[in-house]
Amino acid sequence: MNTVPWLTILLIVPAAGAVVVAALPRRHATLAKQLALGITLAVLVLAVLATFAYDPDKAGFQFGQSYDWISTFGISYSVGADGISLVLMLLAALLVPVVVLSSWDEVDGGDAAGTGRVPAPAPAPDAGGSPGQVGDGGIGGAGGIAGAGAGAGAGGVGGGSGGGTAVALAAPPVVTAAAPAQVATPAGRSVPAFFALLLALEAGMIGVFAATDVFLFYVFFEAMLIPMYFLIGSYGPVKEQAQRSYAAVKFLVYSLLGGLLMLAAVIGLYVVSADNLGHGTFDFATLRQMEITPGVQKLLFLGFFVAFAIKAPLFPFHTWLPDAGAQSPTGGAVLLVGVLDKVGTFGLIRYCIPLFPDAADYFAPLVLGLAVVGIFYGALLAIGQRDMKRLVAYTSLAHFGFIALGLFAFTSQAGTGAVLYMVNHGLSTGLLFLVVGFLVSRRGTRDVGAYGGLAKVTPVLAGVFLLAGLSSLALPGTNSFVSEFLVLVGTFTANKALAIVATCGIVLAAIYVLYLYQRTMTGPIVHEENRVLHDLGLREKLVVAPMVALIVALGVYPKPLLDIIRPTVTATYADIGKSDPAPTHPAAAHPASVHPASVQPGGHS
Amino acid sequence: MRVEPVLLAATEPGNQPVHYAAASGVFSLSWLLIVLPLAGAAVLLFGGRRTDRVGHIIGTLTAAASFVLGLVLFATLLGRDGDDRALSQHLYSWIPVNGFQVDVGLLVDQLSIVFVLLITGVGTLIHIYSIGYMAHDPNRRKFFAYMNLFLASMLLLVLGNNFLSLYAGWELVGLSSFLLIKFWEDRPAAATAANKAFYMNRVGDVGLALAIMFMFATVGSTSYADVFGAAAAGVIGYGTLTAIALLLLLAACGKSGQFPLQAWLPDAMEGPTPISALIHAATMVTAGVYLIVRAGPIFDGTQAARTVVVIIGAATILIGCVIGCAYDDIKKVLAYSTVSQIGYMFLAVGLGPAGYALGIMHLLAHGFFKAGLFLGAGSVIHGMDDDQDLRHYGGLWRYMPITWVTFGLGYLAIIGFPGLSGFFTKDRIIETAFDKGGTSGYLLGSIALLGAGITAFYMTRLFLMTFHGKPRWSSEGPAAKHPHESPVSMTGPMIVLAVGSVFAGGLFVLGHSLQDWLEPVAGTGVEGVHTFSPVVLTLLTLVVTAGGFAGAYLRYQLRPVESVARPDTEVSLVTFAARHDLFANTFNETVAMRPGQYLTRFLVWLDLVGIDGLVRGSAAAIGGLSGRMRRLQTGFVRSYALSMLGGAVLVVGALLLVRAG
Repeated sequence: MNTVPWLTILLIVPAAGAVVVAALPRRHATLAKQLALGITLAVLVLAVLATFAYDPDKAGFQFGQSYDWISTFGISYSVGADGISLVLMLLAALLVPVVVLSSWDEVDGGDAAGTGRVPAPAPAPDAGGSPGQVGDGGIGGAGGIAGAGAGAGAGGVGGGSGGGTAVALAAPPVVTAAAPAQVATPAGRSVPAFFALLLALEAGMIGVFAATDVFLFYVFFEAMLIPMYFLIGSYGPVKEQAQRSYAAVKFLVYSLLGGLLMLAAVIGLYVVSADNLGHGTFDFATLRQMEITPGVQKLLFLGFFVAFAIKAPLFPFHTWLPDAGAQSPTGGAVLLVGVLDKVGTFGLIRYCIPLFPDAADYFAPLVLGLAVVGIFYGALLAIGQRDMKRLVAYTSLAHFGFIALGLFAFTSQAGTGAVLYMVNHGLSTGLLFLVVGFLVSRRGTRDVGAYGGLAKVTPVLAGVFLLAGLSSLALPGTNSFVSEFLVLVGTFTANKALAIVATCGIVLAAIYVLYLYQRTMTGPIVHEENRVLHDLGLREKLVVAPMVALIVALGVYPKPLLDIIRPTVTATYADIGKSDPAPTHPAAAHPASVHPASVQPGGHS
Repeated sequence: MRVEPVLLAATEPGNQPVHYAAASGVFSLSWLLIVLPLAGAAVLLFGGRRTDRVGHIIGTLTAAASFVLGLVLFATLLGRDGDDRALSQHLYSWIPVNGFQVDVGLLVDQLSIVFVLLITGVGTLIHIYSIGYMAHDPNRRKFFAYMNLFLASMLLLVLGNNFLSLYAGWELVGLSSFLLIKFWEDRPAAATAANKAFYMNRVGDVGLALAIMFMFATVGSTSYADVFGAAAAGVIGYGTLTAIALLLLLAACGKSGQFPLQAWLPDAMEGPTPISALIHAATMVTAGVYLIVRAGPIFDGTQAARTVVVIIGAATILIGCVIGCAYDDIKKVLAYSTVSQIGYMFLAVGLGPAGYALGIMHLLAHGFFKAGLFLGAGSVIHGMDDDQDLRHYGGLWRYMPITWVTFGLGYLAIIGFPGLSGFFTKDRIIETAFDKGGTSGYLLGSIALLGAGITAFYMTRLFLMTFHGKPRWSSEGPAAKHPHESPVSMTGPMIVLAVGSVFAGGLFVLGHSLQDWLEPVAGTGVEGVHTFSPVVLTLLTLVVTAGGFAGAYLRYQLRPVESVARPDTEVSLVTFAARHDLFANTFNETVAMRPGQYLTRFLVWLDLVGIDGLVRGSAAAIGGLSGRMRRLQTGFVRSYALSMLGGAVLVVGALLLVRAG
């Protein structure tokens, strides 16, 4: 079983799928959707099989593969999975088919009656200089460069979307609802290109988690941006062209800025390795063993950290997120906040902490401070939002605060909780975005004031909305409670004051969730349009069902995931010499509760 | 002066190492207590409209099944030795991360089984009552689903064998409470009240969460066995122990509507009346008392925390009583009565082992009579077309005789009429408060005594204004009322609860039965020297109670009651303050809500103009520059592509340089 190159398969299937779907003519919209769904479901099945093949108690990377790529610089195609990257790949593999299904009618309005939305006439494309509409020629080339060799998906995407946007100019400027959906989508959007972008994004996400070569990681890190950029810029809200262009560019500029800093640090790492080892390398396992002087560590740490802090994002690097979250198509927002942003937090524990332990120690107070500020800042801003998607984006800022807190508390409980939090946040916030998307697709506005009293009209939607919210506020019985409590209790053992302050954040979480629910779902119906909204349809129920099931299941029985995550996290902290503080007055050994040594990668049964 | 003996006794039960036997036989079915109502809730929620017609039957039957199982377990416990009545069942490993090992496990012992019987017993009765009460509600199925969810959560709360399981139940009863308060969610007031309840409970939950973290950091475990073992062994420092106890107290105040977190409970009366009876009177709001008694070994070790408990209890007695006199809404009066009665329980358990059993005793008796009173109020409201204003009632005894009698018995029980439940349980609390000795003993005893008098006043006022005097409603005209007795499904449970209100107290006190039963968990106080002899104190209490009764009788029976309350401008300052909840809401708004709103608005502005503005400002500066550089370019994509290309060239160049170097 272990000779199966799981990760390469997981990479190639969506990448190849992206190329195939992108090559489909625009009129084959349905085929594109079906293909995309089939491919992403296949990836999910493969990811689950890989999880079963993974042995959590074995140290180091598994499913490892390594081939020279640019041997002159010691760059290789090296992939491998540990407990942390495996669960995040699993999350990506789960969310993409969910997003494909949820986006079924998003681009072309489906069978017209499907969503009941009446697309307003699209403004005439501004030929002047809107992003994503002109200059497509350059993109294919850029994709080719960024993803050279390994990033077949990225290259494919560039071409695919290039085709789509090119047609956008040719399409009639005004599209009415009566027009057949297959032929004229809102703003002349291409359906196959959209799904090809999703597939390319999936390949990028799996690649970024699977890479064990730092340069390969950087390549995927940047390559992921491209499909996301087009998802926002070309498939965001039809009526808000200027805003979505702005959001897409902002997202890109922020990410590129971070990426450049990281690139500098990556090169710096290479230089250091060349000095230390006599030959430069990007191999993570080798770099990890290397001693780096504290001063250099600090510089390199900051290069990686800023990139990750922008990506995650942490306060105060967050202002791109609300714009991107609001202007993404729903599926894009789910993947952006659910998975893409996790690359930032993943990078913190995969790269920042083990590669630069002294610097991580040195900067820990700063990170912890930003994390706690983020918890409150994100929560308070979420309370103050009227745009539902921006609101959800701000709640994520608070959640990322909890994750960063857990990662830099340096205890196995907090770290394990933080990694589990990454998965759980993908589920809970993903579901929140999906449900908000359902609402927006029905009413055509993100303004919370346009709703109210919907629980009577759409009880199932309201129920799912509430459950997603309860998971977001970490109610016991839902998945997020386990991770949030682990983060807090783990932080508490290391730093009481910080944990006490952070725990007070759970009151604000209750407010932003329930205040949103109150404004949208309860009270009398004040807008007549809301009386005729229909409840979740079969497709939408299929979309939310796996999320709802996992939110409850992982709340009641999180052990399977914890058993995968815990050994890797424990080993990561043990490697940098961090062990869990022992209880001050341990209870006498009791037959019902035997406590294993706190730092023990192998764990207990 | 007699503080010492009580204190010595305090540590007594803890001195033995805490050990629970493994559950076997019928006790290995304990999990079914929780799963039965949970399954009912799941079927009703996921079954959707298909289960509309049988929803109330499924809900009631699963609750009843849980009650029957509880009875079987209780009977089996009775057959076991006194010190062999605590059985712990490990279900599965919940959150295992190295040193942090939390299991889902249950503890059936003398304390939890008593709660199981109260929860499922009263729960089943109120399920039956709701069949009639909610008969015409289109969402009756959902109502039963939520009630079942509540039962399951509450049972988890009392049955968990570690603090994290308790915490899960603790927050889940909060959820059920939230769902049921906002049950009629198209009413803005209901939705607001539900949110307020959840927010204020969350403040308490922070306390519980932090207490658990303290326990883990100190003892390395969250299980009762380990934590109580360490607390009893005296290895936890006094400061830590006090911190844990005070945090637990914060949680208890939130859940039980005690000062300073009492303001949500009266608002919670927006929920359907059966919910007020079950959740906001008989069971959930008493969870704080359960928590303190359960955590007895912790509170035993810290006199400081116990002092705070009695202060909060005493303060809340008075707050509830005073406000209870001023409201005209029948449910709000009962709600403040609940606040003040739970104050009695807090006072009792704050007195240490001497009071634990008394607190539980009053809790159980209160569960009967207050649930009965609320169901009676529901019957009245039902008969008066949803009018809840006491000033619109009057003379109803003639029209709803069963409600009158059952409500009357509950009323007599709560004011402590000799021989009824409240007489036994409340008197013992007053007595024990005096017996604490010293100035504090006199102070606490006097407050408890005064509270008894005020309780008699406002409850008599409520009773007379509802059932006696001249009718202040009309059976003719546009606002015609046709009061009528409720159906059997509603009066049945009221009769059962009335019987309980009459006899429960006596049964508990008889031969110290309940105290002896609870002794292994709660410990016992020493029978010290009494400050007053029990007979004198009983007489004193009766006199004070009679005074309260007489005051209300003179004012509300012998003099006519206005059908419209006097405006705020014409009432005394005390009445004005009481009508405004002693300004608790005003305080919360001024101190927390308004500043929070301003802060939020400021931050929204700051984020837009400040942080994002800074970024955009610098971006604009660069943009202006690049605008000039971009003459040959068209659009962002091309410049992006160019920068990517440039970047790639840079990378390759840098690598070459490094390589060459």
